[in-house]
Order: sequence, then C-alpha cells, then structure tokens
Amino acid sequence: MAASPSAVPNSKSDSQSFWYRLTHLSTPWKVTWVYLSLMLFVPVIAMMLRASTVGPAKFWEIATSEIALSTYNVTFLTSLVAAAINGVFGTLIAWVLVRYEFPGKRIIDAAVDLPFALPTSVAGLTLATVYSDNGWIGSLFAPFGIKIAFTRLGLGVAMIFISLPFVVRTLQPVLQEMEKEVEESAWCLGASAWQTFWRVILPPLVPPILTGVALGFSRAVGEYGSTVIIAGNVPFQDLIAPVLIFQRLEQYDYAGATVIGTVLLLISLVMLLVINVLQAWGRRYDH
Amino acid sequence: MTTDLTQFGDRATSTSKAGVPASDKPWIKWLLIGIAILYLVLVLFIPALNVFVQAFSQGVGPFFHNLVEQDFLFAVKLTLIIALIAVPLNTVFGLCAAWAIARHQFPGRTLLLSIIDIPFAISPVVAGLMIVLLYGRNGWFGPFLQANDIKIIFAVPGMVLATAFVTMPFVAREVIPVLEEAGVDQEEAARTLGANDWQIFWRVTLPNIRWGLLYGLILTNARAMGEFGAVSVVSGNIAGKTQTLPLFVEEAYKQYQTPSAYSAAVLLAGLAVVTLILKEILERKTRIKDAAE
Repeated sequence: MAASPSAVPNSKSDSQSFWYRLTHLSTPWKVTWVYLSLMLFVPVIAMMLRASTVGPAKFWEIATSEIALSTYNVTFLTSLVAAAINGVFGTLIAWVLVRYEFPGKRIIDAAVDLPFALPTSVAGLTLATVYSDNGWIGSLFAPFGIKIAFTRLGLGVAMIFISLPFVVRTLQPVLQEMEKEVEESAWCLGASAWQTFWRVILPPLVPPILTGVALGFSRAVGEYGSTVIIAGNVPFQDLIAPVLIFQRLEQYDYAGATVIGTVLLLISLVMLLVINVLQAWGRRYDH
Repeated sequence: MTTDLTQFGDRATSTSKAGVPASDKPWIKWLLIGIAILYLVLVLFIPALNVFVQAFSQGVGPFFHNLVEQDFLFAVKLTLIIALIAVPLNTVFGLCAAWAIARHQFPGRTLLLSIIDIPFAISPVVAGLMIVLLYGRNGWFGPFLQANDIKIIFAVPGMVLATAFVTMPFVAREVIPVLEEAGVDQEEAARTLGANDWQIFWRVTLPNIRWGLLYGLILTNARAMGEFGAVSVVSGNIAGKTQTLPLFVEEAYKQYQTPSAYSAAVLLAGLAVVTLILKEILERKTRIKDAAE
C-alpha cells in the first residue's frame, strides 16, 4: 500500500525516534488512527466523560436504582442461562458436525450461521410468532399454561437464537485439529470410551467451549432487536437493560441513559478481556 | 491473536476426519445426531421457515401488494443508501488497519487487534447512545451543528455513523489472516523490480487478498442492511423519512400490520440466505487457494 519504505516502522528497532515515527506515519496508518479516533475513541470517551459529570453519588444512585437492578438481573441471568444452554447443545452440534457423516450435513453446517446473517428484527418477529400462544411451537406449550412469547422465557429463546453459532464455530476448528492418535492410544492402553472422553477429549475442549459461551453471553447481553420484539418489556419482569436505555433516551433522561449505558459498556469491555484470557488459555494446547 | 467475536469466518473444512470412531456405537451416533437436529429445528429451522410461510400465506398477490407501498419502497431505498456509504468507508478503514497490523510487529499489536473488536462487544443500543451524546442537541458537537444547521441525529448521517460503527471490524478481521498468510515476498519482489506503492497494492496485494476481502465485504453489507438497535436509537424512526427496512419490520409488527411486516422480513431473510450461500462459496475458494499454496 501507499507507504514509503523509509516511513514504515520496521520490526528491527530502528534508530528513528518515537516522535519522528509518529509524525511520519504512512497513509494506511493515518487512516487507521483517524478513523478509529473519530468512530470509536471519541464516542467512548464522550460517554465516559458525560457519565462522570453526573457525580459519583448520583451515578451510583442511578446505576443501582431498583429498576436498573431488575434489568441487570433479567439481562445477565437470562443471557447466562441462554449461553450455558448453547454451551451444551453447541458442543453436541460441533461434535456431530465434525465426527459423523449423515445426509443434509452440509446444509446444517451452513445454516448454523443463520443467526449472524438474519437481521435481528426479523428474528424477533418470527420468534414472537412461532413461540406465541397460537404459534407453531408456542401452541404446544399453551395447554400446559406455559407462555413463552412476551415473557422471560421468550427472551431466553431469542437470546439462545442469536448466541447459537458462537460455541459451534469456536469449537469446530479445535475438534477438527484434534489428533485422532491420542484417542486411539488411550483405547490401546485400555481406557474405556467414557474415560477417553473425560480424560483425553474433554480437557482441551474446555477453553474453546468457555470462549464460545463467553462470546454468546456477551452478544446476548447487548442484544436489542430480537429481544425487544419478543419480550413484553414489562418493568421488573422482562425488561432488559438495553431497552431501559432506549426508554430513558425517549424520555430525554440523558443522565439515566448515560449511566446505564456506561455500566453496560464497562461490562462489555470486561467481557472482551475475559474472552482474550480464555483464548490465550486455549492456545496452551496448541503445538 | 484472534479475538473472534464472531466466528463467522474462521471455520476449517467440515469434511475432514470423516468416519466414526471405533468405539462409538451406531445408536450413540444417531442419538447425538437426532438431539442436535431436534435442537436446531426448534431454535433455528422452524423460525426461519416461518418467515417464508407467513409472507406467502395468503398467496403471492398480497405479498406484492405490500411491496409497492410507499413507506416500504422508501425503507428499501434508505437501507441501500446507508449500506452504500457505510460499506466503502469500512472497507478503506479495514484494508488500512489490516495492512498496518499484518505487516508490522510493534508493541501493543495485540491490544490494537482487541480495540478493533470493541464495536462487536458493545451493545448496539449503547453504540447508538454514544452517537446521540456526541451529535445530539445536548451533545458535544450539538451547539456547533445547530449553529450551522446540520442535522445528524434523527437524520441519515447519524444512521450512517451508527451503521459504520457496528460493522467496523468485519473487513479488517477477514483480511488480516489472509494478508499474514500471503506474506511479503511477492510485494518485496515487486518493489525490487521498481513497482511503486500503488502498483504493488493493485497488482500484487489485492489479487492475493481478494477472496478474504470479498468475504469481509459481504459480512459488512449483511450487517449494515440488517442493523436494528444502533440505527433505531439515532433514527427517530419516522416512516418515509428515517425508516430503514429492519425498522419497518418492527414498526409494522407493532402496528398489527403483520402481513406488511412479513413482506419486508422475507426480503431481509432472502438477503441472509444469499449471504450464507456466498459465504459458503467464498469459504471454499479461500480453502482451495490455501490448499494449492
């Protein structure tokens, strides 16, 4: 790309000073930093500074108000359950896709990515229909008095839907690269199928499974499009944090929106850190 | 370091290592396959199928009738315009960032990779909120924008910003691994032969990364056209003015115009299906290339 060789900061520690390099960045570097600053750093800093003007006492009061606490409870607990369910079934799906041959496998493999490609409002719309009292699946539960759409259960279904691909896609490459020989030698040494699974197969899979669960959780916590449609958005029942932010904004309560937004932002950043650590842990098994 | 917030891309072949392990009894195999498929049917396939069934439940006539509504046509146009601005912006940024990261070793390289991922980690609503806090009436740039009569929030520029924000990482993420794999040898050879930077980029680098780049573009476009949360915060959602297709779907549903909602939804679902098919094709392309090298 458009970089004069002299300006490229070389991997060999060159004698040029830091300032010289900073003022003689090549065009791609300039574009990267300017775009990142305008699009990412300035908005994030603006929100943090805005939140700090509220004052620590007031910040704490808004962040831990009764309604805010209930939305955290709904958002995080439901996301965690949804991510955990996908942890189990995602592992199973990845296993089946890597280890077995069966008709329709390629289509199923490709379809796993559907939640990434399908716009969230469409997902919310169709899930609300299918899981409503007279929908295809909801009507099976309705006779037992179980309502899914417009309750916390529906919220969970939407969160399961949008976080489904993470575990499968994180685990698939790891399963594929796993050496069959290790398993076979375990059998040769007299291990049972069960022992082989627990002692040999599972340990290297734990980090990618946890990474996938963390990714799914992080996505479910922030999800808005599908959840806002399928949830009833009743305060203290199935009102989630992103919807609360939206409502605060609609009421021109900028302080309230900013504080809860900052809480969510900080949690997202922590999750990003956790995911990085989990991935570093997973690489321990790389050879 | 690969901090994959969406593992949309990085997937190895799914056909290798076929064959059932000797210890797996057939009934275990089919039980596991059965459970996996049942789960996918309940969570994934029935909802996906439902979009198409509902859209055409009263035949093709009402479907087309819904499609020529004024507000709907406007939503389609606006969705296309926003994607047409946001996608190229992120492509330029993505290429620059990918080159900067893949071609250099520097302290904080891993940190920069994680920073580029931040938009995936942030809730779309929070992304929208940040843009409102910057460009809104009470925002940092609010007074300046008002003095100059520039409208960003509740207008198209804000929606473009929101879309560009949430789709920022895709191109960079997809291009970085391809760029790393391609290596610098060919570029250096071209330079030795007297090619300038642009020539090297167009004739050597771009052909090497074309499938990865295309892949990133498709993902960016799909998300850009489908984004709901961030766009919804900054748009004000006025039919015929600031309503994109995903917003149209929600609005129609809320107004109990379910047939309209499904007519629009089926278009977006079609986009999703096309995206998945292209993705599958491009994955094979990159794979074949990898195998050949």
